[in-house]
Amino acid sequence: MAETRLHCDVLVAGAGPAGIAAAIAARRAGKQVVVVDDNPHPGGQIWRGSMSGAHSTSAAARKWLQRFRASGAELLSSTRIVTAPGANTVLAEHEGNAIHIHYDALVLATGARELLLPFPGWTLPGVMGAGGLQAMAKAGLPLRGKRVVVAGTGPLLLAVAAAFVHEGATVPGVFDQASRENITAFAASLLTRPSLLMQGAGYLATIKSWRYRQGWWPLCVHGEATLQSVVMTNGSDTVEIACDYLACGFHLVPNIELGALLHCRIQNGAIIANEHQQTSVANVFTAGEAAGIAGLPQALVEGEIAGAYAAGAGNQVRHLLRRRTALRKVAARMNHAYRLRPELRALPQADTLICRCEDVSWQQLQGFSGMRSAKIHTRCGMGPCQGRICGAAMQFLAGWEADTHRPPLYPVQLSTLLPLAAHDTTHLEESI
Amino acid sequence: MDFDSVVVGAGIVGSACAAELARAGMKVALVDIADPGLGATAAGMGHIVVMDDSPAQLALTHYSRQLWDALETSLTPACEYRRTGTLWIAADEEEMQEVLRKRALYTDNGVAAEAITADRLYELEPSLRRGMSGGLLVPDDGVVYAPAVARVLAMQACDAGAVPITGKVTAVGDGRVQLEGGAELRTRRIVVAAGEWSTRLLPDLPIRRRKGHLAITDRYPGMVRHQLVELGYLKSAHSISGDSVAFNIQPRSTGQLLIGSSRQYGAEDSGVDFALMQRMLARATEYMPALADLSIIRMWTGFRAATPNKLPLIGPWTADETVFLATGHEGLGITTSLATAALLSSYFAGRDSTIPIAPYLPANAEAAHA
Repeated sequence: MAETRLHCDVLVAGAGPAGIAAAIAARRAGKQVVVVDDNPHPGGQIWRGSMSGAHSTSAAARKWLQRFRASGAELLSSTRIVTAPGANTVLAEHEGNAIHIHYDALVLATGARELLLPFPGWTLPGVMGAGGLQAMAKAGLPLRGKRVVVAGTGPLLLAVAAAFVHEGATVPGVFDQASRENITAFAASLLTRPSLLMQGAGYLATIKSWRYRQGWWPLCVHGEATLQSVVMTNGSDTVEIACDYLACGFHLVPNIELGALLHCRIQNGAIIANEHQQTSVANVFTAGEAAGIAGLPQALVEGEIAGAYAAGAGNQVRHLLRRRTALRKVAARMNHAYRLRPELRALPQADTLICRCEDVSWQQLQGFSGMRSAKIHTRCGMGPCQGRICGAAMQFLAGWEADTHRPPLYPVQLSTLLPLAAHDTTHLEESI
Repeated sequence: MDFDSVVVGAGIVGSACAAELARAGMKVALVDIADPGLGATAAGMGHIVVMDDSPAQLALTHYSRQLWDALETSLTPACEYRRTGTLWIAADEEEMQEVLRKRALYTDNGVAAEAITADRLYELEPSLRRGMSGGLLVPDDGVVYAPAVARVLAMQACDAGAVPITGKVTAVGDGRVQLEGGAELRTRRIVVAAGEWSTRLLPDLPIRRRKGHLAITDRYPGMVRHQLVELGYLKSAHSISGDSVAFNIQPRSTGQLLIGSSRQYGAEDSGVDFALMQRMLARATEYMPALADLSIIRMWTGFRAATPNKLPLIGPWTADETVFLATGHEGLGITTSLATAALLSSYFAGRDSTIPIAPYLPANAEAAHA
């Protein structure tokens, strides 16, 4: 057990695209930068595995990661921020060791997680998040010869499905709950950005465009010990598809928990930022999905702006501010096009589990006025995931606001929370 | 007149009062800003314990514990009521003397209590640090999940005819309870059972907020079997000023461990005070080193309503003849909720209660304080 104390000018939470861009910008301004990330390698969810070389990666990802390595920012990998013990300080944990990091400015580039919505059978082995299954495939789960149905919503579904095909999987269908009209209108709005359309066309060519269905969503899955099939519907017709995996994600939820712990103002589930990416807390900035789901180009631009302003060098990035605003408009159109249809609120049955940590069913949650009350009385959201999954689901299903965020952000070994002197005492006593 | 009694606050104390008064045939309303049991009731530990800071405290906690035994059959599984016993731990010979004194007092008052040698202590709780002197086992103490009990009591109140009302109370007095938004309830009696929040309605109450911290672990079934409290807790709980921490562990039926405790006056912010949390956890590992390796999944705070004489305020408020108090329970609100309701109900009915109400009457608290 060891304890480390660090000081830095700019601390960046998250080493995805936004965090990487922020770190590079702050270094360029001559600041000492520390980046904390809970994965073993930088890149975040979207560039996961890009450094290992085992997976096809865009040239852009490689370029950004190389610039990041050359920037001189100090990266603390496999490290999680667990709480904020005092002013301008976070406590992080790395393999059971405590690291207290003091900062002058902080950039929250904490990214997003998938929104998982409950439907009958969604807890069966074989049913996974779309990004979740992709991450497992990158980590070595073999998909060759497996039948993978992709469902949910959002532009990432196509990218994920194409990746599964490249891994040797059969993808019988990609089902987006958004209507054909909504998706077509959004695609048409991208005519000014042909590279995105080309990318989409490439994915469609990989999975075969006739397998991409719009206005379809999962009704339930069948299987005893493991997944056997999924029943899809478009509201009037249903179709049952045999599969080994259902990769199902309903777009993304910003990871706001650290921002909330630091008392940054939150609105519509995202950390509020001004045009300089500054939050309601003066020396805390945010960039990327944590500030609202907007995709990769937005994350890079916002990261650069946040890093520069956090370093007191906002004049270096003034040229980016207009681009930021334009990209936010695209993001708003995207989020509108892929908004969730109300039929999804009717999917859970009485015995469908909502909280997987604590085995709380949909029926048990009826009759409560909000998340706080339901949590206290049913244990919904009290488990180790701290309500990250069920809280986001209930926000959509019942309109419940998330309960107040309580530290630690992740389960943490008690010894990490002890003062240094107490570690020594403990060891002495054990050795006597 | 809309009601005989309007109970302000649906924590465990208010819910117990509403149930008792409704069962006695009164027309009762139970008002809270939220569902039952979400305030200090949910923030605290849920330890049902006999305490002996004063004869009046011993009488109240002992009587109330007997009422818990009677309530047991109507509790739901969600209430997680278990008679784990309290194991008071003596760290040294001086505290062992305190064990003997406490045992004699408890036994004289009909409370089962057993002095425990060090060897027996480690049989009962193998994870405790070696070198303790022994302890006192109070086998009939228990633990409970208090918000679930508040909910059961609120439902009992409603079954007996009480009306639940959701709203924020902005003012009480002169037979009127004002709600945010302009509504007003008229009643013969107002029962203020709003814990530390009561002082917002009655600023002259002799109540101070006393902040506490708790942490809860992941599931480690069987690691701790009794509610464990250091005897030094008495010094901590009863010191009038200053921040203090004490070793206090509660095994939940899930296998999780609740780790406490801290006491702090003058802290207004509800956030976790990390330095105090560190002290509290360090104290816990001094008594049980193996805790250091456990996973902590949540930490939080709550506010106790503390009175100068360490006794709750039960009965008529001297400044307004329509206002009655059921507040000021400090850390014993779960234990003494049921006795509070019984005393208040007897008082309203003009009957003698099982134990005298006099020590808890607000008038007497003021006299003692003056």
